[in-house]
Amino acid sequence: MTMNELSQTLAPAGVERRNWFEAAKRHRALLASLFVLVFPLVMPFTALAVNILIYGLYALGFNLLFGYLGLLSFGHAALFGTGAYLCGIAIVHFALPWYVAIAMGVLGGTAMAAMIGALAIRTRGIYFAMVTMALAQCVYYLFYQAIDWTGGENGLRGINVRAIDIFGMKFDFINPLTRYYVVAGFVILALYVLSRILASPFGAVIEAVRENEARARASGYNVTLTRLITFVLSGAFCGLAGALSALHLSIVPIEIMHYETSGMVVMMSLLGGMGTFFGPFVGAAVFLLLENLVSLWTVHWQLFVGAVFVVCVLFFPAGIWGTILKRVRP
Amino acid sequence: MPGLSFDLIAMQLFTGLALGAIYVLFAIGLSLIFGMLTVVNFAHGAFYMVGAYVGLFLISLGGNFWLCLVAVPLIVGVSGMIVERFLIRPLYGRGIDYPLLLTFGLSYIMVELIRIGFGTSGYPFDTPDLLQGAVNIGIGYFPLYRLFVIGAAAIVLLGLWLFLERTSFGLIIRAGARDPQIVRVLGVDVARVWLYVFGIGTAIAGLAGLLAAPLQGVIPEMGANILAEAFVVTVVGGMGSIGGAVIAGLLVGVVISMTSLFAPEMAKVSIFALMAIVLLIRPQGFFGRAGLMS
Repeated sequence: MTMNELSQTLAPAGVERRNWFEAAKRHRALLASLFVLVFPLVMPFTALAVNILIYGLYALGFNLLFGYLGLLSFGHAALFGTGAYLCGIAIVHFALPWYVAIAMGVLGGTAMAAMIGALAIRTRGIYFAMVTMALAQCVYYLFYQAIDWTGGENGLRGINVRAIDIFGMKFDFINPLTRYYVVAGFVILALYVLSRILASPFGAVIEAVRENEARARASGYNVTLTRLITFVLSGAFCGLAGALSALHLSIVPIEIMHYETSGMVVMMSLLGGMGTFFGPFVGAAVFLLLENLVSLWTVHWQLFVGAVFVVCVLFFPAGIWGTILKRVRP
Repeated sequence: MPGLSFDLIAMQLFTGLALGAIYVLFAIGLSLIFGMLTVVNFAHGAFYMVGAYVGLFLISLGGNFWLCLVAVPLIVGVSGMIVERFLIRPLYGRGIDYPLLLTFGLSYIMVELIRIGFGTSGYPFDTPDLLQGAVNIGIGYFPLYRLFVIGAAAIVLLGLWLFLERTSFGLIIRAGARDPQIVRVLGVDVARVWLYVFGIGTAIAGLAGLLAAPLQGVIPEMGANILAEAFVVTVVGGMGSIGGAVIAGLLVGVVISMTSLFAPEMAKVSIFALMAIVLLIRPQGFFGRAGLMS
């Protein structure tokens, strides 16, 4: 028995002694938000920092399904891409204000997740990965074909948002730092929503299904419905990330729907540490920084990324953040 | 639509079968590897692409197509065995996700290595002289090469079937797919069996890539494009079922060529619709064993 456990055992009843790790875990959304707020100060380019936020959010949504529920989807590009396209279409074709466009993106991701989820949820394990990937490719071709709406191969262009007004205050969206903090506002909101979901009884059911499906079912939980709801929630986060990406880039390239975008988010989650709250952000940051650094030096950066990925799978299955957490856990 | 005759539809059916033959060869390796090793080989498309590039390389060295038909499966199969031995073997027993993720990363590496060696743009791949032209198949003239692809696929399938059903090594493979533990207890080196199965699966993928090369040309992304469609084939046919892969592969080929005749804009989407329908009725596919799904 370590000193720590001993002191806990000896602590008088009713006075729960928590170590700092547990305390940090309780306030993980707050800590993550604080990090997000100071993050651009340590980054060389603000545009890259915005990208890390967006892909971190995308990975966060993916991780809810993969890390917490244990379902490996290879079709998340469809959710991310639908969010981006719907946000862009709302601005380009309907001239709607930016906040309505973001709401459209979230709705798009959610609705696409409901459709893909309803079909894919019937399968499990390996089938699930293949079916989600195949359905996402189907969505890719549908958006590719709808040239009038999506611009087809050229992508959807002209998503220009110059000024953003929040309760009468005007912000210049062209300014990179302003842009960062507007996106950060949404990311912080998403972090809080996610931490609330995970801390809720439903969050406990999600992890119960991952740990032992048969036992969760025997305990009276509706496993299929839990899966579907988690998939749809995951779609909402990814849709938001997609919408923010459309605003950030001013265009939606068709590649956003390609299955390499699905694979990228798997890489980010794995690199950061799946099933950890903050891991996806770490993974997204490391992935994008690597991509930026290596692409300065060679056009064949994918070789490097692939190698990092293979090494991660073989030697660091817990990911960077997951390994750090294991080390510091008292 | 003028000229939409019975003959045209029959021709399109044949075209679909030739396309389907490629899918069958691709999916059968995927299915074999999954059925034995429970590894979804995301790098299967990369091995397919490597097959086409190895063929291209051998021909540029002065080899001919017929030599490639033998050399390509050998080279790709051996490289598959190296991958299994050093990268996939350490992951056995760690669930189904890790080998899948590893092979996904591996496919990035393989595609990029090919881009470094051969550039990012594609190459045409000449149809061998002997197989140029068309033959009359009763309803009209049909490209000889496409008939050859159908025939080659049939020969490979027959060979594989004889190998699995009529040889003692095939017996061990089939037994190993059912219960590797018992086979190990009987004194068989299961790890070596898996090594060979991975080699055979990737060799067939390489051959499929070579056969597809004169039909579609050779580009680094050719494997990525066929992978999603091959997943549809395996899901529709039933994971790990060879018979399922054959029927579903041909079906998918025919569905693609028929929709490109009647509704070209729906050609890419139609097979996914097929998959959705099959999933709604039979989530385990035509011949899938229910136990393999979870």
